[in-house]
Amino acid sequence: MSDNSVFERIRQDVGDAPVVLYMKGSPVFPQCGFSSTCVEILTRLGVKFKSHDVLMDPGLRDGIKEFSQWPTIPQLYVKGEFVGGCDIMREMYETGELDQYMTEQGIDREVATA
Amino acid sequence: MPMDASEIERLIKEGIPDAAVTIEDLRGDGDHYAAHVVSNTFAGKTRVQQHQMVYTALKGNMGDALHALALQTSVPDQ
Repeated sequence: MSDNSVFERIRQDVGDAPVVLYMKGSPVFPQCGFSSTCVEILTRLGVKFKSHDVLMDPGLRDGIKEFSQWPTIPQLYVKGEFVGGCDIMREMYETGELDQYMTEQGIDREVATA
Repeated sequence: MPMDASEIERLIKEGIPDAAVTIEDLRGDGDHYAAHVVSNTFAGKTRVQQHQMVYTALKGNMGDALHALALQTSVPDQ
């Protein structure tokens, strides 16, 4: 069921930080291969992001799927907009689109080492 | 519960009748698939919308019975 308080919180979270990743586990200890891939992509792009571990919060885990009408986690948000899950991130990374997108959105980067 | 590749293909084609579907069983375990779906109905839609159309066709199985379906969508080449 849609829970307005969860949606409210998500809206606030994706508005508070320019890049937000909802994932399983933490960037240091991802608990799922797909989440791990997303962290790696963002790291390679030198993008700083805020992560939320859905495994710590069952309400968030269900709520985020309803919020974006997207059935899986991880989920990436940039400037409050849902960008995609792992497959889309990977595809956009490989074609260079994600790099370009981050630049267009004016996202701060650390100099990538790769 | 793993899902059969033919069942995945059937559901996608039921939801998106013109779809050309290629499914690869990544580990041979009936649980980790990669699907490439090509359809004219994707034209003019964002990737997120294209994937959502496939997920809708899969009727709630994605993220549930289907844990791992790496999805790629595209419009047919002209």
